[in-house]
Amino acid sequence: MEITGYLLQQFINGLQLGAVYALIALGYTMVYGVLRLINFAHGDIFMLGAFIAYYLISKFAIPIYLVFIITMFCTAGVGYIIEKVAYKPLRGAPKISLLITAVGVSLFLEYFLSLNAIFTANYIGFPRPFEVVNYDLSLFTVTNIQILIFATTGVSLVLLYLLIYRTKQGKAMRAVSYDQEVAALMGINIDRTISFTFMVGAALAGVGGILYGIAYPQINVFMGVMPGIKSFIAAVLGGIGIIHGAVIGGFIIGISEVFVSAFLSSTFRDGVIFVILFLVLLLKPSGIFGKRIEKV
Amino acid sequence: MKKTLVVCVLFSVLFLLVGFSHAKETIRIGVITPLTGDVKTFGESTKNAFNIALEEYSKKGKYTIVPFIADDRNDPTEGANAALKLISQDKVRAIIGPLTSKVAIPVSEIANKNKVPMITGSATNPKVTISDNKRKPYVFRSCYTDPFQGAVGADFALRNLKAKTAAVLYDVSNDYSKGLSEVFKSTFTKGKGIITAYESYQKDDVDFSGIITKVAMKKPDVIYIPDYYNKVALIAKQVREKGLKGTMIGGDGWDSPELIKIAGNSVVGGYFTNHYSPDRKDPIAEAFIRKYKEKHGMVPDALAALAYDATMILFKALDSAKNPTPEEVAKIIANMKDFKGVTGTLRFDKNGDVIKSVVILKVDKDAVRYVTTVNP
Repeated sequence: MEITGYLLQQFINGLQLGAVYALIALGYTMVYGVLRLINFAHGDIFMLGAFIAYYLISKFAIPIYLVFIITMFCTAGVGYIIEKVAYKPLRGAPKISLLITAVGVSLFLEYFLSLNAIFTANYIGFPRPFEVVNYDLSLFTVTNIQILIFATTGVSLVLLYLLIYRTKQGKAMRAVSYDQEVAALMGINIDRTISFTFMVGAALAGVGGILYGIAYPQINVFMGVMPGIKSFIAAVLGGIGIIHGAVIGGFIIGISEVFVSAFLSSTFRDGVIFVILFLVLLLKPSGIFGKRIEKV
Repeated sequence: MKKTLVVCVLFSVLFLLVGFSHAKETIRIGVITPLTGDVKTFGESTKNAFNIALEEYSKKGKYTIVPFIADDRNDPTEGANAALKLISQDKVRAIIGPLTSKVAIPVSEIANKNKVPMITGSATNPKVTISDNKRKPYVFRSCYTDPFQGAVGADFALRNLKAKTAAVLYDVSNDYSKGLSEVFKSTFTKGKGIITAYESYQKDDVDFSGIITKVAMKKPDVIYIPDYYNKVALIAKQVREKGLKGTMIGGDGWDSPELIKIAGNSVVGGYFTNHYSPDRKDPIAEAFIRKYKEKHGMVPDALAALAYDATMILFKALDSAKNPTPEEVAKIIANMKDFKGVTGTLRFDKNGDVIKSVVILKVDKDAVRYVTTVNP
């Protein structure tokens, strides 16, 4: 009996981490869908989301739902600017130029924001907007933070699903990711669709950043690096370009991380995640839900 | 007329020359410390304390000191780069710092190889002064070492807290954290205590839910977390969220006002071993604390006290050397007996390490309180 409770508890811990990875992985996968680009700056938008929320909570003391909305608009705006400034001028360029630019944008965000005049390179305590409460459900316990994370992730996923499958804009996104040239022939504004996709991805990363900050209340400008890489692996694991693949991938990565540190050792947790990436690339490069193998 | 002018000019030149020959010789000193990054409050204290020591010295010392202060961001690579730059470009005569063991170890190798005396205030890992069983003759420190600190922590848990079981959580990528936890484990086991969990994590981890849920199953009496305040704050929060009740114990890495600020109630009731307590009754300590408070508006932490002592040891060695060559300065420090500093009376053993007492402090709601002193 006790062991089931223990396993369930660790499972909940994994879900908490996985939910945040899923939110970030969605941005990777959507941008890849429309642009065939791994947007390495995505982890830094996640970081930016946490910082914006930090300033909103500590300086203005506004209600938590407003923090979410304002942060999402801000990160979406930053996503839009990044796309316009760094990626759009390279639309016809080889894919490798785009990839290198993405790495450049990522490093720029990290080191520019770490200047003393801006965010500094220090570790900052993230103010929790509420006190932690533990709910004991006999077999395991859940905190209100975990409930907030599950609820926010759930709502975000439903909204995203509605956006992609029930709106015209979503249809355009799907069309662009299916075939850019044909979509353009059908009268879809490619540039606007790409910008929109970036903004949606960045908004989700912003939500991820807030949740991460609340769950692990300490932020710094390099906090996006590891979660960014792990979410990227989650997206690859689920099949890059596939929306539900990114979500499932995120949960798999989060849960395996927690279980590795619980049953093996935390020293192995990152190693195991990278072995997963390795195995996916070797055995099924298109990911769990990928159907077609990319023609290179 | 012209002649008088020439005489005047000659005289003034003569005066100038005489004046210059009386000016003090300048000595360049490097300071390496983390002014940004995960332990920046430590770095700031060190810098503040160095400046106070410098100000005192400049009033009565033999030389004019030109300081070069470098930020290592608590990153070994940054620290090594800073050391190379200070030595080769700025031509410093000695180095104060670095602050943490993981940066001090690579920097000590560089300093020793280039024969530049280095004194760290607070790097407690044994490897700072010794590599492959060989003493680095140019490297010193003004603090005790991990084996002593970890043992005191374990003894305190056994005797004062009457703990029977303990869990240890440590950063596997940090020499300081690893060193302390090994000694704690062996001392605690020797004293008939049982280590129920010995779990490691990595530098960049922020999610400890896996290991903490595992530790919570064992219900240990005490939890030993030998890490710096930033990590400790994160871990402490998660420890309490997972319903773990044991008393938390740590090392000198806890000594920052940020600890209580970030961790809030979760660290209250915890104990940690430290180098000095601001409540210490001693004229040197009181004078330093008063000066520090006037200048920086807060009570100096242990890091500040240690950095002040390290700097004063260097200045004393410079002044007592006939000719302050690196060899001479290193020899004088090694033979220094009963240096009276802010953190107590200290002398160096044959490894360049310091022999002195440990204090134990308790974390309260708004400040830390002195509990007891343990002598070696």
